[in-house]
Amino acid sequence: MTYKTIDEANEAVIQKVIESQPFLLDVVPAKDVISELNDKALLHSGPSIAWEDMNDPMQGSCVGAVLFEGWASNEEEARKQLAGGEIKFISAHSVNAVGPMGGITSANFPVVVVENKASGRYGYCNLNEGIGAVLRFGAYNEEVLNRLKWMKDVLGPALSKALKQIEGGMNVNVLVAKAITMGDEFHQRNIAASALFLKEIVPYLITAGLSDKELQEVTKFLADTDQFFLNIMMASAKSVMDSALDVGEGSIVTHLARNGHMFGIKVSGLGDQWFTAPVNTPDGLYFTGYSSADACPDMGDSAITEAYGVGGMAMIAAPGVTRFVGTGGFSDAINTSDEMREICIANNPNLSIPTWDFQGACLGIDLRKVVETGITPVINTGIANKVAGKGQIGAGTVRVPLGCFEQAIEALAKKYGVEA
Amino acid sequence: MLSTVIKKNTYQDSVSLMLLTNHLSSVDGVNKIQVMMGTPANKDIFKGSGLFTDELEDAAPSDLCIVVDTDSEDVTSNVVEETDNYLANQATESNQSEFSTVRTWDMALNKLPNADLAVISIAGEHATAEANKALDRGMSVFLFSDNVSVEDELALKTRADELGLIVMGPDCGTGILDGVPIAFANVVDKGNIGIVGASGTGIQEVSTIIGNHGGGISQAIGTGGRDLSAAIGAKTAIKGLRVLDQDPETDIIVFISKPPAPEVRNKVVDVFKTLSKPVVAIFMGNKPEAAHDNVQYAWTLQDTALQALELAQSTGASIDKFVAEHADDIEKIKANAEQRYIKGYFCGGTLALEAAMITEDAFGLDSSADHPEGMMLKKDGHEIIDLGDDVYTNGRAHPMIDPTFRVEKVKEAAHDAETAIILLDNVIGYGAHEDMAGVFAPVIKEAKEEAAKEGKAFIAIASVTGTANDPQVYQDQVDKLEDAGVVVLESNAEATKLAADLVKYLNGEITLKTSEGKSAGDLEKVAELISSKPRVVNVGLKSFAQTVAENGGQVVQYQWKPIAGGNKRLASLVNQLNKR
Repeated sequence: MTYKTIDEANEAVIQKVIESQPFLLDVVPAKDVISELNDKALLHSGPSIAWEDMNDPMQGSCVGAVLFEGWASNEEEARKQLAGGEIKFISAHSVNAVGPMGGITSANFPVVVVENKASGRYGYCNLNEGIGAVLRFGAYNEEVLNRLKWMKDVLGPALSKALKQIEGGMNVNVLVAKAITMGDEFHQRNIAASALFLKEIVPYLITAGLSDKELQEVTKFLADTDQFFLNIMMASAKSVMDSALDVGEGSIVTHLARNGHMFGIKVSGLGDQWFTAPVNTPDGLYFTGYSSADACPDMGDSAITEAYGVGGMAMIAAPGVTRFVGTGGFSDAINTSDEMREICIANNPNLSIPTWDFQGACLGIDLRKVVETGITPVINTGIANKVAGKGQIGAGTVRVPLGCFEQAIEALAKKYGVEA
Repeated sequence: MLSTVIKKNTYQDSVSLMLLTNHLSSVDGVNKIQVMMGTPANKDIFKGSGLFTDELEDAAPSDLCIVVDTDSEDVTSNVVEETDNYLANQATESNQSEFSTVRTWDMALNKLPNADLAVISIAGEHATAEANKALDRGMSVFLFSDNVSVEDELALKTRADELGLIVMGPDCGTGILDGVPIAFANVVDKGNIGIVGASGTGIQEVSTIIGNHGGGISQAIGTGGRDLSAAIGAKTAIKGLRVLDQDPETDIIVFISKPPAPEVRNKVVDVFKTLSKPVVAIFMGNKPEAAHDNVQYAWTLQDTALQALELAQSTGASIDKFVAEHADDIEKIKANAEQRYIKGYFCGGTLALEAAMITEDAFGLDSSADHPEGMMLKKDGHEIIDLGDDVYTNGRAHPMIDPTFRVEKVKEAAHDAETAIILLDNVIGYGAHEDMAGVFAPVIKEAKEEAAKEGKAFIAIASVTGTANDPQVYQDQVDKLEDAGVVVLESNAEATKLAADLVKYLNGEITLKTSEGKSAGDLEKVAELISSKPRVVNVGLKSFAQTVAENGGQVVQYQWKPIAGGNKRLASLVNQLNKR
């Protein structure tokens, strides 16, 4: 062991987060940076999962991807291949990638490329499609497939040409630090960051040699997609938290991810191992006609934002979000953020939150504190319809299951030679 | 039937609109309703809920769209009205309390970094561990919890000794620290009586009786019900006594105890004797012994309170304070070897008799029953004379009415080299001189100035017999005398006692008790705890935190739960990993 105490190791882990320098460099086809996708393979969110265990929306997303790649020409064929073991399923996290909701990503999906220049680690994530009938909620109709094609042919390359003009790439930390003071928490709420991103990229889109039509379509899409920055934030957090996990010691929870069936966490001192427990189902406010009975169990790699210290861990930055789970106002937001601070070891000095009296966002979820207090991290999330293709039905919060932490603490005890 | 209402150019946050939709769903007559901004994506959602109408088609993204499925037009206008009300009144009541609530020691200290007291009222089986965590963090402990073992109590109090902290309890129900009530306590004026007591209602009874009789409490330190057992040996009681002895706000110390082990009782009484302040002690169940040294005993709690009050209210007569306050004059008098005598000139016969009686007792003189010519006392240079005696009133008005002759005697005494103290009464009321103090004050003032010119001094001590309602007004008389440099006491007895004590002091027969020179570095933190309002981490009953907050103390509420939800295995792993 390099560090004398767990506390010392934890300090080193959070230092990695503080020192991180994520830059958005490019948008490329996924297969260009994830070689595993050159075979017939699909990335998915969360820890490894077999086809039979995937929920309806995730399976729907797979069907859509198979059709998009042209491996099958209709749904029946696609499902046959998927169920028949002809397609490899890979946990996105294991190939430097993350994906929201189902997280399904195939070879020709454009992905953002973020490099954490402090460590040289990369993070990749597909592009946000917007809301309504979209692939990540399990839709795979013609509209969805057409949009995916447009993103591959127009949006991705346009962003690539624009980003490549920015020397060194776009500094993500700067956007996040600004947007956190503007009401974003970066999981459910990315409006300000998406607007800032658009403001930054437009001058370069204009000089990217796009046709008028392409320029109009791309800028309109970015302007209309309030959650666009989510996927950039996820890739960025991935590159940062992977660097934190590299420290290899300590009790900091570096990764949170769900595959719709199981919730997985990783701990800085416990290597690449996922500690899993069945996911909870989110609850909150529903669009008219829907209720919790329609809700899909928790899924997606977007909880990497909470592991980083934003999202539900920074509820206070976006106080309106607390109204999803109660009639409470500002004081509820403060209470939730204060509660999250109980299980963390520090505040991130780079992300000062004015509404929290300028305290920095939570930093370093300590596994020991979670078990000690029973307080589990709260995740702000969209609520999907459990039926594929029906899209989002609401938004709310969900807690990481305590079981993940209880298993992890047993493993940590073994590692440090502690017996009950 | 679907009705559409479009509010043009009215933007509202999507969360607000979802909450509003929820709210409107419960309006009478509404079958289904949706409120959203008119963006293309939202229009798809309207379609999905079966609420799409033609009017919606034309809505712009900046328009607020309401679609209601209802059977009545009145309902639609209700809905619009409700909407307007709701949007106008979105501010929620903040229910911030006066103190923060936390879930861990780390956050408690994050919110109150200089906390100096943990008030613990959780179940006994967990209380010891939390008390130790408090001591670890440099805080003293008020341990309300009971069902704590005697071994644990001893270990905690021993640790507190080593760390210079204090553990009050276990089973400690009451405390008052710098006027802030802790746990069960009453609102009592602040004053100069300090209490060290076992657990609760003893302190409450004594402190409230004191308060009700115009006195006040400086501090009340609880020791817990078992502190005076043989096993514990009065550790906290003794610490409490010593810290009150050092406390400048405490003049009288009250000690309340349940029946102690005999050897512990003796230990405590020995400590009483080392204190510089008077002690009123009640060992409940023991008949009070005779007073000794600085210690008095009481039988009941009321008795205790009243004795303490008496002492507290006569501290004006304390020789220690007096010498400190008149140091210069007393130096001058001391330098003059022959200046050692009391000259008392009275207009009241019984007052003169009382003064003589007290002085005789103080100096161990034989009391003479015979007082020729009003000479109530004459011994060496001391004299106390009743100027109302026949011999002086033959051909003169009584000194109560006409002070002339008494004034002469005073002037004489002031010029007498052996006069250390001039002792006077000042009787007002119907029939008496209209302003006796107004007569004597200038006389004394002038005499003192003359003496000062020659580098000499003398002390004038008096009492005023009268009330506020007397024509001459008690306080006016007192003020006039004090302005002239006369020391005015509450009663003839107090005035005389002070005079006698002063003579003894001048003769080297009294050593003043000071609490300086008692090195008490080990009491520093405890002294600091009681001398300022406590900064509390409250572990347990929330009402205790509210009390502290309402009385000017700072507090953070630690909402305690067993570690790892009570799972002992996980708790053990966590505790050990916290130390790795």
